[in-house]
Amino acid sequence: MQQILFILVSGAALFFAGRQFSKIRSTILLGKDVELISDPSQRLKNTLLVAFGQKKMFKRWIPAILHLFIYVAFLFTSLELIEIFIDGFSGQHRFLAPYLGGLYTVIISTIEILSVLALVATVIFLWRRNLLKVPRLVKPEMDGWPTLDANIILILEIFLVCAVFTMNGTDVVLQGLDPEHYPKTGNFAITSWLGPMLFGGFSQGTLVGLERAGWWIHILTVFAFLNYLPISKHLHIMLAFPNVYFSKLRSRGEMENMPAIMNEVKSMMGIIPESEVDMDAELPEFGANDVFGLSWVNMLNAFTCTECGRCTDVCPANTTGKKLSPRKVMMDIRDRATEISENISSGNIECAKDKEQPVSADNYDDGKSLFDYISREELHACTTCNACVEACPVMIDPLEPILALRRYEILTESAGPSEWLPMFTSIENSGSVWQVPNSREDWINS
Amino acid sequence: MMEVKTMAQYAAEGKSPEILFWVGCAGSFDARAQKVTKAFVEILNKANIDFAILGNEESCTGDPARRAGNEFVFQMTALQNIEVLNGYEIKKIVTACPHCFNTLKNDYPALGGNYEVVHHTQFIHGLFEEGKLAVEGGAFKGKKITYHDSCYLGRVNGVYSVPRELLAKLDVELVEMKRCKTNGLCCGAGGAQMFKEDEPGEKRINIERVEEALETGASIVAANCPFCLTMMGDGVTAKEKADDVSVYDISELIVQSFA
Repeated sequence: MQQILFILVSGAALFFAGRQFSKIRSTILLGKDVELISDPSQRLKNTLLVAFGQKKMFKRWIPAILHLFIYVAFLFTSLELIEIFIDGFSGQHRFLAPYLGGLYTVIISTIEILSVLALVATVIFLWRRNLLKVPRLVKPEMDGWPTLDANIILILEIFLVCAVFTMNGTDVVLQGLDPEHYPKTGNFAITSWLGPMLFGGFSQGTLVGLERAGWWIHILTVFAFLNYLPISKHLHIMLAFPNVYFSKLRSRGEMENMPAIMNEVKSMMGIIPESEVDMDAELPEFGANDVFGLSWVNMLNAFTCTECGRCTDVCPANTTGKKLSPRKVMMDIRDRATEISENISSGNIECAKDKEQPVSADNYDDGKSLFDYISREELHACTTCNACVEACPVMIDPLEPILALRRYEILTESAGPSEWLPMFTSIENSGSVWQVPNSREDWINS
Repeated sequence: MMEVKTMAQYAAEGKSPEILFWVGCAGSFDARAQKVTKAFVEILNKANIDFAILGNEESCTGDPARRAGNEFVFQMTALQNIEVLNGYEIKKIVTACPHCFNTLKNDYPALGGNYEVVHHTQFIHGLFEEGKLAVEGGAFKGKKITYHDSCYLGRVNGVYSVPRELLAKLDVELVEMKRCKTNGLCCGAGGAQMFKEDEPGEKRINIERVEEALETGASIVAANCPFCLTMMGDGVTAKEKADDVSVYDISELIVQSFA
């Protein structure tokens, strides 16, 4: 009976989660293709150090250690899931215990100790967010859903840990009462004493019921989590790894070149013959005004963001009270992409550019753009100081989309801050950022 | 009178210098930054370095245009500079501006301009290493100095220790600001902010940074960038501390130690 239920529930959970994840994938791929991803060995090294090794987290060691507890507990608990699946499908109880012997005791004990540490960390995280109100966790962009989302995840984690301890604790007591069905597993680090303390003296029927409840709540929480991830900022537990792998390797100081403009200027200057530039070609839109103009790596960045706010916390514009928040930029990109993706997958013909054709990424116009999410004021406040890029523990680059939007504003719309115009004209006409009557050599004799 | 020759003069003599000194717009035209240009030339002359400037053949590297989003203007000025640099077969460039430094070093290769580019603090450091330069006396002995990392030398190009080692040679007592090195706070000028007003907010960025510098109790703020120099100088004046605290480029401090 439980087996059939387990097969049905896990099948459904995995099916729906799979569907949602493939939708996330196609949303990310609304972004433009990028050049071939080079240097896999360097990328692998980054992934090991930064994603697995949490290297950049340790710039702030208190949250880093607390996060490490939850992260390592998560990795180890995933091991335990292997056994839960085997037991669930086969209807056996603690299938791996007899095969692993003493090692089994060690593994489960490790999971128990890590679970306690994770529980402590989770409670501290709830306290930091809701009572201590750490500034970066309560900025305006966190109002409403983002804060609720963060709390839901933390509470789910508490559920999970309680379920694990109920399952193991009752098992320990049952081992004494019914050794035939509950074979000895050795002394677990925590539940060997916590189990008898909490559940000692309960009737066998109650214990069996509690053990099953713990087991089911554990796996159901995992399934719920899996299906919740795609609509949550918590997606970073999966995407952090590919995100670090695909993060840019070239110097932070290099802005992506725009060959179309370079070649046009070259032909204007007579550096390359005009015949080499296709003058009839329709000039593409420059920069980005929507997710279609960003790269899929930018999009992956947006879906990886877990809204920790380290970027915003170090942003010179944000810390001096300006509207710009690099975290909000990433959240806006993700939300806009999700909106477009929903409209495309629901076939909303209102959003088709050509109403005769079905709505698709290539045939999309809902009358909105990223500028409806990210204001000009935010874009204009950026000093390109790279503090946000440096701060992100999972190598998200908020600066690249900011600059892509600026490029659209200046190049495609011929808009932007009017104060910049004299600087542009001056560079164009006199080769200097300031319009000055002097020669560039005057300082020598001054 | 300073001894400064242009590339055109060198070319006319059929010679080429060891290194090109890229002066930049600020170094050429801004009154405050001109002093840094002259200080650096004094150092170059003292170390007997064979250098040249481009003079009127130099144009803005295009950094503020590119980071504002104006790729057309950037490409125009950058490609023109690359024509000139490649025409003179320039191999090595030194500049006292981290924005010029970054653009020449990181943005120009994709456009066909490949040079070895060093910041003046790196170059001066090299002169000390090679024994071509030595500091005399202890003009700064025991003086409290704080050092402001520019974003484009520090965080963007990873140069943190070289400028600090130069300051150490001056026998100063270096006191770090709360946010320094990788966590250094921008002066507020980057990304073409130098050429516009701050967006609405509670405070100007340079004020925030100067307040942090003042907290250290240092009487000198050392910088490595002409725009930081303006921003920090303006901030110190706004805080009415101009009588107690001076803002200098590292090269100026080194020249002061010569006296």
